[in-house]
Amino acid sequence: MTVLVLLDHEAGVIKQPSRSAVAAASKLGEVHVLVAGQGVQAAAAAAGKLPGVAKVLLADDAAYANALAEPMSALLVSLASGYSHLLAATTAVGKNIMPRVAALLDSQPISDISGVVDADTFVRPIYAGNAMATVKSSDAKKVITVRAASFDPVAAEGGSAAVEAVAAVASPAVSRFVSAELSKSERPELTAARVVISGGRGMQNGDNFALLDPIADALGAAVGASRAAVDAGFVPNDYQVGQTGKIVAPELYIAVGISGAIQHLAGMKDSKVIVAINKDEEAPIFSVADYGLVADLFSALPELAAELKNA
Amino acid sequence: MKILVPVKRVVDYNVKVRVKSDGTGVETAGVKMSMNPFDEIGVEEAVRLKEKGVATEIIAVSLGVAACAETIRTALAMGADRGILVESDADLQPLAVAKLLKAIADKEQPGLIILGKQAIDDDMSATGQMLAALLGWSQGTFASELTVDGGNLTVKREVDGGMETIVLTLPSIVTTDLRLNEPRYASLPNIMKARKKPIETVKPEELGVDVTPRLTVVSVAEPPKRQAGVKVGSVAELVAKLKTEAKVI
Repeated sequence: MTVLVLLDHEAGVIKQPSRSAVAAASKLGEVHVLVAGQGVQAAAAAAGKLPGVAKVLLADDAAYANALAEPMSALLVSLASGYSHLLAATTAVGKNIMPRVAALLDSQPISDISGVVDADTFVRPIYAGNAMATVKSSDAKKVITVRAASFDPVAAEGGSAAVEAVAAVASPAVSRFVSAELSKSERPELTAARVVISGGRGMQNGDNFALLDPIADALGAAVGASRAAVDAGFVPNDYQVGQTGKIVAPELYIAVGISGAIQHLAGMKDSKVIVAINKDEEAPIFSVADYGLVADLFSALPELAAELKNA
Repeated sequence: MKILVPVKRVVDYNVKVRVKSDGTGVETAGVKMSMNPFDEIGVEEAVRLKEKGVATEIIAVSLGVAACAETIRTALAMGADRGILVESDADLQPLAVAKLLKAIADKEQPGLIILGKQAIDDDMSATGQMLAALLGWSQGTFASELTVDGGNLTVKREVDGGMETIVLTLPSIVTTDLRLNEPRYASLPNIMKARKKPIETVKPEELGVDVTPRLTVVSVAEPPKRQAGVKVGSVAELVAKLKTEAKVI
């Protein structure tokens, strides 16, 4: 059995969620990976170094420069014949492309798996992670997205797979990339950070999120937010941790002014250590927190920043 | 331009779901059901496009048991013009739903189909993309802003790390993200008016679609429970515990 994994990459680096997808794929069979984009030889070389990867397919063409769903899915379908499973990480790219691929292959996608039971059977969270479904697929080709937080990523170095160029495939030009406005941040990405500190509605406004900065700086943490904070316009949507945002499982998750709605817990309850700071001692977040501090965040945060600075 | 808006009947987002003791699924008997919140955003966006004069007619489609007609009524009360219920007691999985919607789109010839980015029950996040594939249309997923300009649709999308803008050639599929709009509450007069709007009922067989599920549910289980930990009395104690006990900083 051979498995093809579509990799997310940026500036010649394979993103961490994709390294988790490779880890999941390794449980199924021989792993080939696909790097598609324009001028992405460096990313293909990086993909070849991932432990467990047997072959890298490189599709280097202007058509793939922005990972648009229509040309990317046509490319994957053209490559699908040799593979029993097609995988990608559950990222904005994977979620956009893989179901389209599945429909073209007349296969029911299996989204966001958190476990591999056997070649046909997978575990995936439903109802915002309030239930775990084990599902068995009867499709000849399985199209799967992988919940990165559930699989330890393979290392970035250690392998030595050959790179093979594949030709671009024709696809009607019905979509065009215009621009991207990405948040500029020196901080790690939410889904890859060792520590995440998130603010909720209790932060009261967007400016107050600055109170999280010195703590994030001291811990090398990514900054996240609850849906309530996003809905209130405090921070952009890409900060969102939860069922409808990002799923994170860092070593340390610090929830500040977050009540702990089911939708939020769905995105962070697999974190190794959870700290909650909230002035309402009845807040549901305390029921999942390893360490709870009942305090006004406006006094606790500066104090925490000072403690960490002195440490 | 006609707009098709698929709406799914799901367990209300405020309900804390319970796994059935026999492990076959989650308890839905006697549980409050509502329109999938992302689909509500889809209906709202369609209604706004009609108010702007871009859309001429909005058709709400729901697929599933007879009670899905209530979900269609909700869409009609928000401003959709008519409804189509694809009635089936089968477990309709996204691939089957996409095929059924394709059959409806082939007949109705909409210029735009707006779906929620995911249903909050199965969390698959697949139907829109699959429908786009089957129709051979362009797709703008996770949309937070839409602008129709002649034969083009500009979509601002939520992506990891920020936003992306793409231009699609119509007809297109759009899936909604949270910030696209804030859905309206239906007014009482509109709820009354919605009762008179037509809902057509069809069966999957009439649309020529085989809805046999491709995924079999082997079991459904409770997720591992997390135990509540300890309350600390001060920031200093918290930092000390994180250092010496949890050893994470």
